[in-house]
Amino acid sequence: MPIEKFITLTSTCVPLPIENVDTDQITPARFLKATTREGFGSKLFYDWRYDPAGNPKPDFVLNNPTYSGKVLVAGKNFGSGSSREHAAWSITDYGFRAVVSSFFADIFKSNALNNGLLPVQVSEKFLARIFDVVESNASTELEINLQDQVITILETGEKEGFEIGAYKKNCLLNGFDDIDYLLSKKSEIEAWEKANA
Amino acid sequence: MTPKTIIDKIWDQHVVEAIDKDTSVFYIDRHFIHEVTSPQAFTGLNKRGKKVARPHKTVATADHNVPTINQHLTIQEELSRVQVNTLAKNCAEHGIELYGLNHPYNGIVHVIGPELGITQPGMTIVCGDSHTSTHGAFGAIAFGIGTSEVEMVLASQCLILSKPKRMRINIEGTLQQGVKSKDIVLYIISQISASGATGYFVEFAGSAIRSLSMEARMTICNMSIEMGARGGLIAPDETTFDYIKGREMAPKGHEWDKALAYWKSLPSDPGAEFDKELHFKAEDIEPMITYGTNPGMGLGISGSIPVLDHIDESSRKSFLKSLEYMGFNPGEPMLGKTVDYVFIGSCTNGRIEDLRAFAGFVKGKKKADNVTAWIVPGSKQVEAQAEKEGLRQILEEAGFELRQPGCSACLAMNEDKIPTGKYAVSTSNRNFEGRQGPGARTMLASPITAAAAAITGKITDPRTLL
Repeated sequence: MPIEKFITLTSTCVPLPIENVDTDQITPARFLKATTREGFGSKLFYDWRYDPAGNPKPDFVLNNPTYSGKVLVAGKNFGSGSSREHAAWSITDYGFRAVVSSFFADIFKSNALNNGLLPVQVSEKFLARIFDVVESNASTELEINLQDQVITILETGEKEGFEIGAYKKNCLLNGFDDIDYLLSKKSEIEAWEKANA
Repeated sequence: MTPKTIIDKIWDQHVVEAIDKDTSVFYIDRHFIHEVTSPQAFTGLNKRGKKVARPHKTVATADHNVPTINQHLTIQEELSRVQVNTLAKNCAEHGIELYGLNHPYNGIVHVIGPELGITQPGMTIVCGDSHTSTHGAFGAIAFGIGTSEVEMVLASQCLILSKPKRMRINIEGTLQQGVKSKDIVLYIISQISASGATGYFVEFAGSAIRSLSMEARMTICNMSIEMGARGGLIAPDETTFDYIKGREMAPKGHEWDKALAYWKSLPSDPGAEFDKELHFKAEDIEPMITYGTNPGMGLGISGSIPVLDHIDESSRKSFLKSLEYMGFNPGEPMLGKTVDYVFIGSCTNGRIEDLRAFAGFVKGKKKADNVTAWIVPGSKQVEAQAEKEGLRQILEEAGFELRQPGCSACLAMNEDKIPTGKYAVSTSNRNFEGRQGPGARTMLASPITAAAAAITGKITDPRTLL
């Protein structure tokens, strides 16, 4: 079953200059009781976004109309903690297609890629530049070119390359799905089992 | 032959096919599932019209979302009940063994795997839960996965993975009295940070590690994810073999001899190279306590919260946000801080040795009046053993209650939630904001540091009460 392709994304962004954003903040555990993948966008950053009575907290960036876009830019070690894929589902369902940080937790990175959400790892310096430029002009656009593996701050022309494995890059560019690939490897898997019985 | 690390030995053997230079189809020997991260995977599989490829290699339990009292009754909370029932339905449809609520083998997934002998050296083990690293204590490659990956394993018994870098963390020497394996791992994380091992698979080694029991080793490997590691393991030795022998699903007879020969071949060869190697001294480790909102924010219990000058300028905003959440100030000592709740349990410290340590500490003492304590065994078998050893009675005489097994307040998906603003000393693994309930303030510690807090009602060095 194909996933949504990712080729080039040009968008304004939402800055979240906090480090160690863990998946309990992205999607609190009490929302993990669902048995479907849909509708998690409304739970994204729930306890940072809403007060205990459910009213939006005006100082949280998702409640600030100045910032919007398909790119979330966050401090280092984004997505640490729990393996819950609900975190990736919340981010994509809210409308993001890429997350930019100087460092991602391993499991979150896999979950993001499996949902067509591109984790873009940049240097601390480049991350700080994005925060600075966006702070002075919220309509600044970022361009993320997956084919060339380059992210550009369009307003200033500053750019930086980013890494992604060849296999996953090909999957995202073409909308390929891991499970279809694995199902095509049935005889190789059986041969391995026979050899290692 | 080039000397190999234990990580390479197990990893390389499980590569079914290399896709490119850093990606391969990777075989999974054992797959654990639970109610929270599996339903969407089964839905995906059903949509494709596929059955589970190797149902006998997957084992299921209900743990994350179950009540820890009155388990004989129907689960009261509707969404939780639906989720637990969905797991039962999926297991029945796909022929998967389920140790559901009230089954004598039910319990936290990372407690029951080892205690049933399912977890064995040299295996690759996954589960839709980041603390799957626990099983690494047996010399297994074990790690947490997301729900899409759960679906991959159900569909094919394989994953598509890139090989992590290898790190060895050596802890040499003898632990001080009152220092537990939980303190070792909290110490390591405080030294290297909550992301210090991201991108790596870690081998824990050294004389201090070798001297630990299997349960103590599990506590360390359990929290390897809290230093960012993909997983952590400890080479199998006689302690490992003695633990496994005779367990329900352990190999028997000729199979045992064959398995043992293989297991003995696993430890890293002398001279094997790691991408990174770290060394710590056991004598430097005090009982630990965390003061912030990630597990790297920990210190020796007699220490003080860092002052702002000692924090990197770029991290100060996050540091202050964390302290504001905790209601603490830079430079404050931890000793003497008020404690409202104490939680003993979880896949980190919910095993029989943990309950023994806690009960041994509180025996003949009384719980402080200002403390609410939840003592939650990791499994039905742990609960039965505690009963058999008279631990329940010791706990009750000291004013504590032994509850029923589950993940409980570790992630507070069930009713066991620490109220907003309250302080909890917890033997679990994460002190994230809201982890133990919205607004809850968590301090992570060992079972005996938690016991000292439960008796005195404040943060107390357990060594002063030994």
